[in-house]
Amino acid sequence: MPANLAAAAKAAPSSDETPAISVKDLRKCFGDHEVLKGISLEAHKGDVISILGSSGSGKSTMLRCINLLETPDSGEVRVDGELIKMKPGPNGNQVPADIRQVERIRANLAMVFQSFNLWSHMTVLENLVAAPTHVLKRPRAECVEQAEELLKRVGIWERRNYYPPHMSGGQQQRAAIARALAMNPKVMLFDEPTSALDPELVGEVLRVMRSLAEEGRTMLVVTHEMGFARDVSSKVMFLHKGEVDSLGEPKEMFARPPTQQFKQFITNFNK
Amino acid sequence: MEFLSNLQEQLSTAYELLAAGWGVQLLWGIGWTLAVTTVSMAIGALLGSLVAAAKLSHHAGLRFLGESYTTVFRGEPELLVIYLFYYGGTQILTGVARSTGSIGSTDILNMPSFLGGVLAVGIISGAYQAEVFRGSFLAIHRGELEAARAYGMSAWLRFRLVIMPQVLRLAVPGLGNVWQLTIKDSALISVTGVAELMLTANKAARSTHHSLLFYTVAGILYLVMTSISTPIFDKAERYTSRSFLRPK
Repeated sequence: MPANLAAAAKAAPSSDETPAISVKDLRKCFGDHEVLKGISLEAHKGDVISILGSSGSGKSTMLRCINLLETPDSGEVRVDGELIKMKPGPNGNQVPADIRQVERIRANLAMVFQSFNLWSHMTVLENLVAAPTHVLKRPRAECVEQAEELLKRVGIWERRNYYPPHMSGGQQQRAAIARALAMNPKVMLFDEPTSALDPELVGEVLRVMRSLAEEGRTMLVVTHEMGFARDVSSKVMFLHKGEVDSLGEPKEMFARPPTQQFKQFITNFNK
Repeated sequence: MEFLSNLQEQLSTAYELLAAGWGVQLLWGIGWTLAVTTVSMAIGALLGSLVAAAKLSHHAGLRFLGESYTTVFRGEPELLVIYLFYYGGTQILTGVARSTGSIGSTDILNMPSFLGGVLAVGIISGAYQAEVFRGSFLAIHRGELEAARAYGMSAWLRFRLVIMPQVLRLAVPGLGNVWQLTIKDSALISVTGVAELMLTANKAARSTHHSLLFYTVAGILYLVMTSISTPIFDKAERYTSRSFLRPK
């Protein structure tokens, strides 16, 4: 830990812009299985980073460690330069030192889930208004107005009074993206947003994500969509067995795979 | 023919007895039965949600307490629990009052019968409600709770905005069941002297010697109360689960 802090202190002045997300040496075990073996990542404002890897490579776990849905065993996470403070827990693991800080930071890191996870007892509009009014404490009228705008943008304004279980997967995921946007987040975290969708519904969600990338949103996207990774993202990160195997500019990565693993990974995908 | 005229005679006696005041008394009995049931359900809801929370806790001690509560109060005869609360309560109250000198050394301070009754029935109802709430909580889609965390909601906000509305939705059918059980349990507190339907029917039967008549009437009235609650709970269920039903 002190070594990490020293490295961070050294690194900080050299970059003139504070990274939106900075992850250093993240480690996480589930039982005996080491899922993350020291992962580091930096995302600057406007970066769209696609995180690729076969299942079990640790990509979702890494994303979930950033907003503390999983507690990393060690390593540090900074959001906009602010370190998420940890303290030793009861079982020798570490736990968040200040849950209020974690909640405040989570509100800046809106997440889009594989299985949408909209609140099923609320209408779509209520889903978009709940967190901004109660967590960010913004005036309700303003939140409703913004929510309606966002629903128009993702093309499901007509469904604003529907309950999520009454909509298709694609519509639910677009609603979930709108719910994330309603937080005006600094960074958006996408955890396999198209993996639970029927193939014919993937396109509508990817179109929304592409438009977000084009307007300069900072996004971390765990995905299996090679087209999105290659054409939309600004960086591609490939995880293999809990380690960063390769990281680079997408066109370059896909044209000349830097490692044997990544080459094999994309070859398998194109089969 | 003789049977028919006999029946007619029976019916007119029944009418006279009911019109002579027992009818009104039985109606009051219904009122008290509903009051006992409602208050017991409310006490049970409070205890039940605390016990459910204890049973779902990460803390082993709390889990043990919750488990013990539901095991004991579902496992003991209801009548025993009522005796324990009413007569046991009277003994404790009397002991305390005597030692502080607020009553004489031979006086007895009775447990208030309504209070003792609803506490006992409420505690039993709470044991069943705890199971209903626990099951409902476990039926909430985990991802929705995770989303609530991911959007920065505090534990209290998660409870108020996501957990409670969904637990209520999922609990309605089970609570309808507990409500019926509690109506029936309320008959047992007639032993404490609350003039609810059972006690009133009992009194009427003994003083008029028309047991068949009054117990039948009371039986019908209980059946009416329990069967009216079914469509009410069905309606509540349709309302609270509207997000899962097909839209019209």
